[in-house]
Amino acid sequence: MNRPLLFLVAGLFFTTGCATAPRDSSPAPPDADQDAQPSPLFEDPFPSTYRAFPSTPTLIRDATILTGTGEIIEGGAILLRDGRIAEVGRDVAAPAGATIIDGSGMWVTPGIIDTHSHLGVYASPGVAANADGNEMTNPNTAEVWAEHSLWPQDPGFGHALAGGTTSLQILPGSANLFGGRSVTVKNVPARTYQAMKFPGAPHGLKMACGENPKRVYGGQGRFPMTAMGNVAGYRSAWIEAERYRDRWTRWRDNGADPADRPDRNLRLETLAAVLEGDILVHNHCYRADEMVTMIDIAREFGYTITSFHHATEAYKIRDYLAEHDICASMWADWWGFKLEAYDAILQNVSLVHEAGACAIVHSDDGHGIQRLNQEAAKVLGASAAHGLHIPKEEAIAWITLNPARSMGIDEETGSLEAGKAGDVVLWSGDPFSVYTRAEKVFVDGALMYDRSAPDPLLFGDFMLGILPPEVVR
Amino acid sequence: MSGARTIVSVLAALVLSAGVSAPALQAQAQAQGLIQALAPAQASTQTPAQAQAQAIIITNAEIHTISGEVIQGGTIVVEDGRITAVAPAGTAPPTPPNARTIDAGGRIVTPGFLESSTQLGIVAMGAEPGPADATVTNPRVTASFNVLDGFDPNAMAIPVTRIEGITRAIVRPNPGVSLIAGQGILVDLRTGDAVVERVHANPVGMFAVLGQGGSARAGGARGAATQQLREALQDARDHDQNRSAFEAGNRRDYAFSRLDLEAMALVLTGEIPLVVQVHRASDIRAALRMKEEFGIRLILFGALEGWMVADEIRDAGVPVVINPMLNLPGMESLGATLENAARLHEAGVTVALSSFDTDNARNLKQVAGNAVANGLPHDAALRAVTLTPAEIWGIEERFGSIEVGKEADLVIWSGDPFELDTRAEHVIIAGREIPLESRQIDLFNRYRTIGGPGGPGGPPR
Repeated sequence: MNRPLLFLVAGLFFTTGCATAPRDSSPAPPDADQDAQPSPLFEDPFPSTYRAFPSTPTLIRDATILTGTGEIIEGGAILLRDGRIAEVGRDVAAPAGATIIDGSGMWVTPGIIDTHSHLGVYASPGVAANADGNEMTNPNTAEVWAEHSLWPQDPGFGHALAGGTTSLQILPGSANLFGGRSVTVKNVPARTYQAMKFPGAPHGLKMACGENPKRVYGGQGRFPMTAMGNVAGYRSAWIEAERYRDRWTRWRDNGADPADRPDRNLRLETLAAVLEGDILVHNHCYRADEMVTMIDIAREFGYTITSFHHATEAYKIRDYLAEHDICASMWADWWGFKLEAYDAILQNVSLVHEAGACAIVHSDDGHGIQRLNQEAAKVLGASAAHGLHIPKEEAIAWITLNPARSMGIDEETGSLEAGKAGDVVLWSGDPFSVYTRAEKVFVDGALMYDRSAPDPLLFGDFMLGILPPEVVR
Repeated sequence: MSGARTIVSVLAALVLSAGVSAPALQAQAQAQGLIQALAPAQASTQTPAQAQAQAIIITNAEIHTISGEVIQGGTIVVEDGRITAVAPAGTAPPTPPNARTIDAGGRIVTPGFLESSTQLGIVAMGAEPGPADATVTNPRVTASFNVLDGFDPNAMAIPVTRIEGITRAIVRPNPGVSLIAGQGILVDLRTGDAVVERVHANPVGMFAVLGQGGSARAGGARGAATQQLREALQDARDHDQNRSAFEAGNRRDYAFSRLDLEAMALVLTGEIPLVVQVHRASDIRAALRMKEEFGIRLILFGALEGWMVADEIRDAGVPVVINPMLNLPGMESLGATLENAARLHEAGVTVALSSFDTDNARNLKQVAGNAVANGLPHDAALRAVTLTPAEIWGIEERFGSIEVGKEADLVIWSGDPFELDTRAEHVIIAGREIPLESRQIDLFNRYRTIGGPGGPGGPPR
């Protein structure tokens, strides 16, 4: 009858997200048996209205394919049909009427996925009106949702698509201990964010450690002013969230009388959904010691951390990350801009990878998201120079399957496997070369970017009438 | 240099006599980057300059001279900090005694790269106000502000940058309360503590901002910004022509301090360029008008919409310093495009490339690679990080190409210098090979293995 509450109970017995799930048991696809799935504590009042763009069957052949699952196929072929990947291999027959692309000299990868973007919430142009990413009014704003700041007309989406990015998680900023809910979208032009929203993707909760919250609030003479204040802030909030969750559980156990229904609280609703495993925790945290403290807090309150973000010192605790199955979303080379970023090294990503943990290269930047392939390539080069050789067929997972996993969409996208979404990039060459460009980008089998088109960039309305589209690159 | 070394030696002696263990002293000295400065002075009777520059012969190199043809299998001889021979394959130039030979194995050798916009040595840890020496918020100190006194040659970011083949850099101020930010310097990124030897142009330019940044500092309108700059130049001219009257108190009031006016006079006389950070095409035109009005040298910094007024920039003979990876539209850069470098070059504009970064100034190579990926010819991109910026900053007689007589900043690359898996295998700055070490590599080595108690890196918890 009252569906949210039924699933509340179900949720108690399930956990989700890559933080606790064994490697090979990721969340089931959205069309799987609903009874077996954890479900939101409360219904999402802003459901996805995404529909794939029209596509024709497309066969790319004679290309070098990186599947995202650790394989490389020389002279490979991939068939996209009905929006899905129909077949990947050496010999793939083209169905009648299929568009056939000669991929010789070219490479194919899964669509690039970014776990950490602020496109749409810090949209271009970077005017005050577009500063919608950081609700810096309270150290706990778990009640805000990034999607309600998301401007689908941000021209940055088009540029990211031209760089091969097909899915991205858009997060609130890091000023707050609890910054709010993230949203995962498909990178397609749309009038509304709902029409971009990745079907079935769970929300994330942005949490932030370290310097930012204490600088923002401590600077105003407010709580938290110190790292210990930060930790007290997290724990106090989780204690309150537990009470909130228990209140609703008791009400349900006592018959769910509408007259006694507890008050809703948007902030606690988000946190309770984390405790239920319905929302994945994406935790901005730089320092090794602080990450381990966050792991302890998660254990104390029975939730899991899906991914640390930035994690400039992830390499120092890569064994912990592997043991707890927590992803680390990292820059290739950002360092130095504050003390907690001082120990970042060029091999951070590769050391985490080598330890068997889930390594991700993220952008956190509207320019970086246009070339995550280059960011991954810098890691490969700097690592090989010091004897840490990682094959390209493994490294591609840093920007495809691993981010998909951390966003809870890896059953649907992130690798080139039959049955998955046709999210595919055709590159002019080796994607780990600085000279390589995305030639064609497919989202759900539809050709969304074609570099050879006269005006290839799909922009929102904002850029209309400013410059002739053919000069914009 | 020798003075600094003497002080170090005295300090070392004092510490030793105080009973501090030798390893501890050595560790401390290493941490401060002093060992390399100390050792040659103690071991040799040569002058410090000679001691610093052991002769080096690079053989079997693909030499990208920049000023001329690429030489396959060539030889470069370096003596006393300078290039003394550049020889094609099959010829054996005279070799100095005691020279060290590096066989390049056919690999590419280029001049060291020059990054045209950094805050290396004046900003460390951007979020912290303490170590920052780039931005002045005192309205009495604008044009006269020079970054040199704040420059720290031991800054952590310098080794991180130089081991990637960036051997020289413009260190420039940021605009603070005034749209005139002050004076930058050109330094090399060698090891050691001596600032004086490392500064190759001081001041190298007067840095200012127009457009939105100028407007915000001048009272809320672009027109006010150009007026403020105009007033500074006019006052500087008046002051320069009437110094004795000014000293006698017989001159009208000026809007700028005496020292600021004296500094601006360097711009008026053409001794240094005015480097204007500006993006919008119309703002670029305003800067070009200012150059015309005062007959000054101008360099455009940023110029995201430069391609839209490329012909005018070319006709004015004004060089641009740009980062072609920036294409997100802003309200003063709606025309930003990845093809900015290619289009400017195509139009005949003098283009230097920059990361406009400090911690990651090392990414200048990637910047150049992306310019190539978006249409700039490879040789033009290589020139845009070597000889072209040397020309723009006025040190082309000494730096920027592989020619006899030039200061020996040389890099042997494992492959194409712009490619992401290419490493700088040998980096020579002012004739001396620098160790490929940095704090980041120390961290990597420390944490290469982790785990057991007492093991490298120690237990993580």
